Amino acid sequence: MNIPQDCKYTKDHEWVKIDGDTATIGITDFAQGELGDIVYVEVDTLDETLEREEVFGTVEAVKTVSDLYLPLSGEIVAFNDSLEDEPEKVNSDPYGEGWMVKIKFSDASQVEDLLTPEAYKEIIGS
Amino acid sequence: MKEIALDAIHKSLNAKMVPFAGYNMPISYEGVNIEHQTVREKLGVFDVSHMGEFLISGDKALELIQKVCSNDASKLTDGKAQYTCMPNESGGIVDDLIVYRINEEKYLLVVNASNIEKDWNWISHHNTMDATMRDMSDELSLLAIQGPKAAEAMQALTDIDLQNMKFYTFEVAEFAGVEKVIISATGYTGSGGFEIYFRNEDAAEIWEKVMAAGKDYGIKPIGLAARDTLRLEMGFCLYGNDIDETTSPIEAGLGWITKFTKDFVNSENLKKEKEEGPKRKLIAFELDERGIPRQGYDIVDENGKVIGQVTSGTMSPSLEKGIGLGYVPTEVAGVGNKIQIQIRKKAVPATQVKSPFFKG
Repeated sequence: MNIPQDCKYTKDHEWVKIDGDTATIGITDFAQGELGDIVYVEVDTLDETLEREEVFGTVEAVKTVSDLYLPLSGEIVAFNDSLEDEPEKVNSDPYGEGWMVKIKFSDASQVEDLLTPEAYKEIIGS
Repeated sequence: MKEIALDAIHKSLNAKMVPFAGYNMPISYEGVNIEHQTVREKLGVFDVSHMGEFLISGDKALELIQKVCSNDASKLTDGKAQYTCMPNESGGIVDDLIVYRINEEKYLLVVNASNIEKDWNWISHHNTMDATMRDMSDELSLLAIQGPKAAEAMQALTDIDLQNMKFYTFEVAEFAGVEKVIISATGYTGSGGFEIYFRNEDAAEIWEKVMAAGKDYGIKPIGLAARDTLRLEMGFCLYGNDIDETTSPIEAGLGWITKFTKDFVNSENLKKEKEEGPKRKLIAFELDERGIPRQGYDIVDENGKVIGQVTSGTMSPSLEKGIGLGYVPTEVAGVGNKIQIQIRKKAVPATQVKSPFFKG
């Protein structure tokens, strides 16, 4: 199971990569494996400002649909629109080309609430 | 949780196993899209040993089957199979099933895994003529070997001429060195192939020989997830989704297996429904825009009024668009007619189409 050291994680199986006041967000290797073939990533909250834990989009696999929860409060400033044509990138490269959104987060203290790679590893029991 | 005979083999193949109808079943191996494509283009093998099998025998066997099933089993001859359903008394369906006529006094009924106990009790309840019934569900395994290469690849394992077997016929013959295997030219994928029934103790040997015979044809193990996308592309009903205790065979488009040439449970009411026309109909639709319909989503009209529900939906791996089945009022039903599917906050336009979605 791939759990990169340079990311933070959530119990909802999302990864967060912090760069200054911007965070890049996607779903973990574990999550893409559980979902199976991903066929659609829908994000209709671009440019919106949302609270932590609010739904910012949806990821659909052939068999299931799963909501995406914002790990930090902030404004959605970018969506990886290459996923519209190639959603399978989430399966093949969840931490790279399969990233989903970038946000400008509004409360840096929330970053400390995110899970470390070790803590996330424990949650998924790997 | 019951275990199918090949449980260990599936796990060794890295199958994702999930509980289904009381059994731990392989849902996928490599991924549903590649498995789906393998069956459409080449050859795949599904373990569907969770299915139930009842042997009905004796001189009253046909009488019992005719009473509980909607199709006319008297049309069957030895070696022929028939798709049928068991209506309940309130207009719905107890289960859909396949009836195999082995001989004049011996029939095999293959039922859905989730309904084994319910079906057994239902048929027993109607067995006032005292036909002999035997539940063989725990003794038999079932592999569905499906895909355009099935006959060619499996020919090495049997003397039966697989290439020339007609759809919905079967033979009881030696297969992969095992005697008395039921080789049936049936399936739930629309890509051709066979379903083979045999005793659990022969499962490992048959599995191995099937995989070996199919190796040069690119055979792969296929999970239940792809079984569902394959059947949905063909518009085949799934019990529990598209048909259940509340849907009539007439509104589900199963009039063709509902024959009023004889009496059966609730036949009078169904005949009336057929003559008067059902109030709602099961329709097939494709989304006009991006999105994936799912079971339970509302079907709405242009004013946003709920007019029905999606009973099955998926992203079609072959068509690469959202497809589904659902019930709408009869006056709305019609190929080419527009409906909308409520997907979260958005009503996505869809067009009713002729089933099957996948035309090969």
